[in-house]
Amino acid sequence: MDAGERRKERIDRGIKVRSDSLYALMSWRELAYLSVPRLVFIVGMLLLPLILPDMYWQRVVSIVCIYALLALSFDFLAHFAGLVSLGGAFFVGTGGYLAAVLNTSFGLPPLVTIPLATLFGAAICTLLLLPCLPLKGVYFAIVSLMYPLFSMRLIEALDILGGTDGIIGIDSFPNPWIEQYTVIGVMLFFLFAARRLVNMDIGLVFRGIKDNDQAIRASGMNITHYKAMAVFIASAMGAMGGACLVHIYMWSGISQFALDFSILPIAATVIGGGGTLVGPVLGCLILVPISELLRDFGTLRIVFYSLILVGFIVFRSEGIMVYGQRKYHQFERWTRI
Amino acid sequence: MNPEPILKVRDVSKAFGGIMALSRVSFDVFKGEVLGIIGPNGSGKTTLVNCITGFIKKSSGQVLFHGKDISRRPAHRIADMGVARTFQVMRPYYSLPAYKNLVIPLFSPRAKRTGGWRGGGKLGDRNTVGIDILEEIGFERDSFVPYKMASNLPTGYLKRLELARCLALNPEVIFCDEIFSGLSMSEISSMVPLIERLQMDGITLVMIEHRLRELFRVADRVMVLNFGEKLMEGSAEEIMANEEVKRAYFGSENIEELVGNVSG
Repeated sequence: MDAGERRKERIDRGIKVRSDSLYALMSWRELAYLSVPRLVFIVGMLLLPLILPDMYWQRVVSIVCIYALLALSFDFLAHFAGLVSLGGAFFVGTGGYLAAVLNTSFGLPPLVTIPLATLFGAAICTLLLLPCLPLKGVYFAIVSLMYPLFSMRLIEALDILGGTDGIIGIDSFPNPWIEQYTVIGVMLFFLFAARRLVNMDIGLVFRGIKDNDQAIRASGMNITHYKAMAVFIASAMGAMGGACLVHIYMWSGISQFALDFSILPIAATVIGGGGTLVGPVLGCLILVPISELLRDFGTLRIVFYSLILVGFIVFRSEGIMVYGQRKYHQFERWTRI
Repeated sequence: MNPEPILKVRDVSKAFGGIMALSRVSFDVFKGEVLGIIGPNGSGKTTLVNCITGFIKKSSGQVLFHGKDISRRPAHRIADMGVARTFQVMRPYYSLPAYKNLVIPLFSPRAKRTGGWRGGGKLGDRNTVGIDILEEIGFERDSFVPYKMASNLPTGYLKRLELARCLALNPEVIFCDEIFSGLSMSEISSMVPLIERLQMDGITLVMIEHRLRELFRVADRVMVLNFGEKLMEGSAEEIMANEEVKRAYFGSENIEELVGNVSG
């Protein structure tokens, strides 16, 4: 069969078209079409701690959620505000150290330090990144990478905030169930809030900055103002992840500024599908447990890990979520030209 | 015509390194008029618009809008005051449908304040207002065109979308940077009444054009730039009669051939 005569065409499923409009509210099938994937995901996440056999894997779920927050933060900034940030570790570190100080020096309980660290951490990150906001693309990426490295060296050299030993004696969550459901709840909240936000009118402005910032200026809007807002939202997610992390490990150290927190979320975004917001979360659900399973292989771990990443990039470069959405919404058939 | 100009440009100069892109350009724009700016390629027309609207910093000179000096204000402040512009290279938000392209400017402080074009001071639902503006400007309301992705729209619609993006701000002055270029004759013929309608709405237009025949139909006055300097300004007839303009711009004597018969 020669390729010139036939081609594959993709057509939206009827139910997808129907459920796009108001009619969706009139039939349970269209309603189910819209809500079942979301429900499966939400219920699945909530059941995960109950299904998993031991503490170890329950802890892994918490870590997955924290990485998922970071991946969400990266995806939001990169695909909806046009700022490719390698500074995820900076958000984590700032939130983590803030929570640690609030807890050890002021004696505030975890459920108070986490929201405070989120708000003030985001404010600090936004203020410090403010001078870099006029930069675009790879230049912003490079400068944002400098922030976690700089913070790490600063703490090391000045021996502040516990220096290389870090801050110890941080309270844990009252019990493992609260820990689990706090991080899962926070992750789900930020995921659906971000999805809602990017489709609101202000979300369109963020996307407009990515598409064409000059037209935003020509429309009488200050792009730096909106970029700062986007950075605040993204760094709030990162800082919250960091604050949860120090209470889980009961320790805050310079490894919070380690580049793992910048790089793994990007890998997860690539695997899950950038610009979908759910994709990066799914990417973390795959990558973090794989990385745990591969611990048995010792140093070979990184080789297997890289192979899996390369496999995803070569065979599913669009990302799992984009592929999944296409299969769900459209069918394919061969047509004769 | 109103004797007090809405926009005064005084001695605006711009140097890119050693090259003088603009040297001491001065002109006035009066309320409600259509001013054409013409000039050979590289004569500084787009640079002039960029300088006035704040997209690049001028080396020297002054721009007064309603008597207020706007020379040092950033681009978004100038747009917020009511000086809108289109871009020569069309810049829609490609990943959004046409009407959502207008939701963005309708979200701006100025649109919220003024209600958008013909909004009467009150801004309704942004999606509806966006589609209303698109309809006014030639997108067929009952077709799929306003809902199409901007990346799938043909050039003619994109040029209109550029203009619509300005109109969403309810501007006083619009700088149109070559909105006729790349359009077919019939598309331009349908744009001309649109320009006239905007003028009737009291919007002042400054049009940079290479399509002289069409420009001369709508422009009240025309200014000629050459090598960054203002050569002259006057009515279409005066411009065509001027020997210096002929030499600089057309390089030949057959200006009538290029422009056609304006009165006809």
